[in-house]
Amino acid sequence: MLAKRIIPCLDIKDGQTVKGINFLELQNVGDPVEMGKRYAEEGADELVYLDISATLEGRKTFAELVKRIAENINIPFTVGGGITTVEDAGRLLLAGADKVTVNSAAVRNPQLIIDIASRYGRQFVVVAIDAKMIDGRWTVTTHGGKRPTERELFTWAQEAQDRGAGEILFTSMDHDGTKNGYPCDTFAKLSGMLSIPIVASGGAGNIEHIAEVLTDGKADAALAASIFHYGEIRINDLKQALAEQNISVRL
Amino acid sequence: MITIIDYGTGNLESVKNALNRLNAEYILSSDHETIRNSERVLLPGVGEAYMAMDKLRERGLPEVIKSLTQPVLGICIGLQLLCSHSEESDTECIGVFENKVKKLRSDTLKIPHMGWNDIYDLRSPLFKGVEEYSYVYYVHSYAAEKNENTIAVTDYGIEYSGALNRDNFYGVQFHPEKSSTIGEKILKNFLEL
Repeated sequence: MLAKRIIPCLDIKDGQTVKGINFLELQNVGDPVEMGKRYAEEGADELVYLDISATLEGRKTFAELVKRIAENINIPFTVGGGITTVEDAGRLLLAGADKVTVNSAAVRNPQLIIDIASRYGRQFVVVAIDAKMIDGRWTVTTHGGKRPTERELFTWAQEAQDRGAGEILFTSMDHDGTKNGYPCDTFAKLSGMLSIPIVASGGAGNIEHIAEVLTDGKADAALAASIFHYGEIRINDLKQALAEQNISVRL
Repeated sequence: MITIIDYGTGNLESVKNALNRLNAEYILSSDHETIRNSERVLLPGVGEAYMAMDKLRERGLPEVIKSLTQPVLGICIGLQLLCSHSEESDTECIGVFENKVKKLRSDTLKIPHMGWNDIYDLRSPLFKGVEEYSYVYYVHSYAAEKNENTIAVTDYGIEYSGALNRDNFYGVQFHPEKSSTIGEKILKNFLEL
C-alpha cells in the first residue's frame, strides 16, 4: 500500500535554514544539511528546500547546497525558489535534486511546466500554488501571497496537470502560519478532481490537523515547516499517531 | 570494482551518491571490456524504455549485458530493460528476465506510482536483514508482471514484481538509492552477493 508522506520544508536564505510566520520575520533555525539528515533519521519521507534568497550570490550558494544535500541525504528531495527557465531546472537536476517546484514563474509562463516535464519527465515537476479566498473565490497569488492574479485555484491546478505537472503543492495563504489547520474541503475537491498527488501545505498546528488533511482532505502528503523546526511535533511521534488512526505511513 | 553502465541517459548522481555513502568504489563506463571485467555491474536508467534501449543498442551493450556472469543489478528502468518486452512504445528489451513490462492502470489510484510502498514475499539474499512489508521509494508508470523470478512483490492496484532475480541478474523497480536505510541495506547486500 502506498504510504501517505510527511514532508518537512526548509526555507533557505543564503545557504541557511530560516522560517518565518507568514514569510515575514525570518528566524535562523539551523544548517540545512544537518537538519535534513536529522529529519530523514526521524522518518521524514521527503524533504523540500525552498530558496528564498533575493540575491544572485544567494542563488549560487543554494546550487552548491543542493549538491551537498544530494551527497548526504538518502531520501528524495525537492528544491524550489527562483526557477524560471528549463535551464534552471536542469542545473538542479544535475546537482542531484529529485524534483523541482515552480510557482510564480509557472503562473507567468505556463509553458514552463510543459518544457520541464517534456525534457525531464513529469515526475520531476511540482507545481506549487499559493491561493487565498478573495470575494468568495480561491484566487491564485504570487510573491508569497502578496500579489493576487487573475487565476482561480481549481482551473489553474487542472491546467497545471494538463501541462505536465507531476504533483500539486497547494498552500492556503489564509491558513499558512496560523496553526489552525488546513481547509480540508478545498483539498478534498482538488484531490478528487486531479489524477496527480496533492501535497497539503500551510496551517498545521497539531497532529490532528495533519491526520484530517490526509483523510478528510484526501491529500497524498502533508508538508510543514515550523512545527517540525521548533520541535513542537517530532516526525516519529506524528507518524506513530497517524498509524494508530489507521493512516498508512512508513514507520 | 563496480561499473555503473553509462549509456547517455543522463542523471546518475543519486546512484553515485548512494555508493559514495557506502564507501564503494565504482567507475562509469560503456566500454565492453571494462564492464566484463568488473566485479559488479549496475544498470540504472531514467526516461523511457525505447529511448534507453536505443542508446544501449548504439553502444552494442544488450549482448554484452546478456553475457555477463558477475552480479548485475538493474534499477527502475534498468529492471525493465532486463525484461523481455515493454509495453512502453512496444519495445523489445534485453530479455534476461522473461517477464513482460506493462503500463500500470487504475481508475482509482494515481499514476505514476510515486512514493513509498511496501514490499513483501521477499525471497533473496538481496533482502537479507530486510523485514517483510518494509517501505521503499517508487517512481514509475510501468511495471514487470509477476512470475517465478519475482523475489519481492508490490501491490499497487495489482501485484507486480518489486524485484526480480535470475541467476546472477537482479532488478529492483524501486529506487534503493532513495529508500533511506532500507535502500542502503539492499545496495550493501548486492555488493556482498
